[in-house]
Amino acid sequence: MIRDITLGQYYHADSVIHRLDPRTKLVGTFFFIIALFLVKNPLGYAVAAIYLALVIKLSTVPLRFMLRGMKAIVFLLLLTVGFNLFLTPGEPIWEWWKLSISAEGVRIAYTMAIRLSFLVIGSSIMTLTTTPNNLTDGLEKLLSPLKKIRIPVHEIAMMMSIALRFIPILLEETDKIMKAQMARGADFESGNIIKRTKALVPILVPLFISAFRRANDLAMAMEARCYKGGDGRTKMKPLKYAARDRLAYLAIFAMLAACIIVGRMI
Amino acid sequence: MSIIFNHVSKSYDADTQLKTDALKDVSFKIDDGEFVGLIGHTGSGKSTLVQHMNGLLKPTSGEIYVDGKDIADKEYSLKDLRGKVGLVFQYPEHQLFETTVFEDVCYGPKNLGLEKKEVELRAYEALKQVGIEDDYFYQSPFDLSGGQKRRAAIAGVLAMKPEVLILDEPTAGLDPKGREEILELVSRLHRENNITVILVSHSMDDVADYADRILVMDHGKLVYDDTVHEVFKHVKELEEMGLAIPQVTYMMYDIAAKGVDVSTDITTIDEAVEEIMKVWSK
Repeated sequence: MIRDITLGQYYHADSVIHRLDPRTKLVGTFFFIIALFLVKNPLGYAVAAIYLALVIKLSTVPLRFMLRGMKAIVFLLLLTVGFNLFLTPGEPIWEWWKLSISAEGVRIAYTMAIRLSFLVIGSSIMTLTTTPNNLTDGLEKLLSPLKKIRIPVHEIAMMMSIALRFIPILLEETDKIMKAQMARGADFESGNIIKRTKALVPILVPLFISAFRRANDLAMAMEARCYKGGDGRTKMKPLKYAARDRLAYLAIFAMLAACIIVGRMI
Repeated sequence: MSIIFNHVSKSYDADTQLKTDALKDVSFKIDDGEFVGLIGHTGSGKSTLVQHMNGLLKPTSGEIYVDGKDIADKEYSLKDLRGKVGLVFQYPEHQLFETTVFEDVCYGPKNLGLEKKEVELRAYEALKQVGIEDDYFYQSPFDLSGGQKRRAAIAGVLAMKPEVLILDEPTAGLDPKGREEILELVSRLHRENNITVILVSHSMDDVADYADRILVMDHGKLVYDDTVHEVFKHVKELEEMGLAIPQVTYMMYDIAAKGVDVSTDITTIDEAVEEIMKVWSK
């Protein structure tokens, strides 16, 4: 049951995109999103689409994994498209009863649809090709200038990676506790909502206790190894830009420039 | 109550690259009133095997019969099954959740849909059986000692009055005194209440001391299914699987290697004492 849930949607492969520095991918995704919102005409979206298709091809991740992320936003997508389609004021090009569609509405609706789906696919390329730990590492490094204004960047990144590390452990623990309570005749599937919620108590209490126990143990183990936060701490694998990252940055800025020129000026 | 496994196989993530065969064509029969030891290396499929016995896991292929009935049948009530086949997980104290020890032990029988009086009677009996004194009944289960917590958790399963009791590594993480208490308790339940016991263990000594019959699992396959004495004759094979034979059997081999004419077909300390005394008096 719970075993089937995959978390952090990392897809293991050995592609150029996988090998890129996580910082490059974070910055790349960020600029891609900016580009999407700067573009104003269909030609600009075509440029973005070509760029996206190229990155997908390079990443060697099967397309269906990208589309899986889309499933989550189908409802949101339909809602946005629906609202924009029917509620944008303007010269109606189609009317029926109280509903009317304006040319402006159609334009806004399809732009929103393209923006949203490109946004989701673009960011899922990042999460599919970067391990969660790499991602937090990249984030830590990118945000490190914020240390100057006393934001505990290292601690935040550490918390993120510990939280990520704990997810599969706690899932496994939940599975175990569920089975143990089922062996004592627990029933999580029948009854009304109140009964089902009540049935969760025998899972949640042991789960919380075990989470606290593990957190305590981990804190103790970290302290035993002299962990004292980010100051003076070095990394076993420090992030380092390679030639491919410079190329990738070039590609990213080329994409941004192309989108702005084609999407806003032509 | 008998448990029959008929060519049972189980694979996880069957349709992906991660496919793992946890059980491969396992067949055996456990009769009423037996005390069976189940041994195997970590990841050999022991835990997967026992979770099939009360329907927590469903086999990918093959059938399981409990009391002559196929438990995969639609009419077969899993609730009844779980009342009949009690499974005590590894570190069972991690499943305690109620505010008092007594309430926690009531959880199982309550789930079986019994009357309040019957539930409380069973909880009381179960706690007495595992040797927890009345003083502790209304304390929080989290205030008990490690050994007491474990016994309270076992009481939680016993209160369902199972006919078959499966214990997955019941002595893991306990001190020698706690270990002995648990094993004595299990042995007493077997003798006095005639409960069928299946003991999953890493300790060859424990299994040799208490079980009549041993099942050996390796890489999802049932390798040996025989009496204690027969199984522990396969010294080399067991060692290759990352297992061992009881300490006392090793000792008898050492004595025999020194040229003393003793039998090595010994699995418990009592047998060893008897054998040595016999040779000594000659």
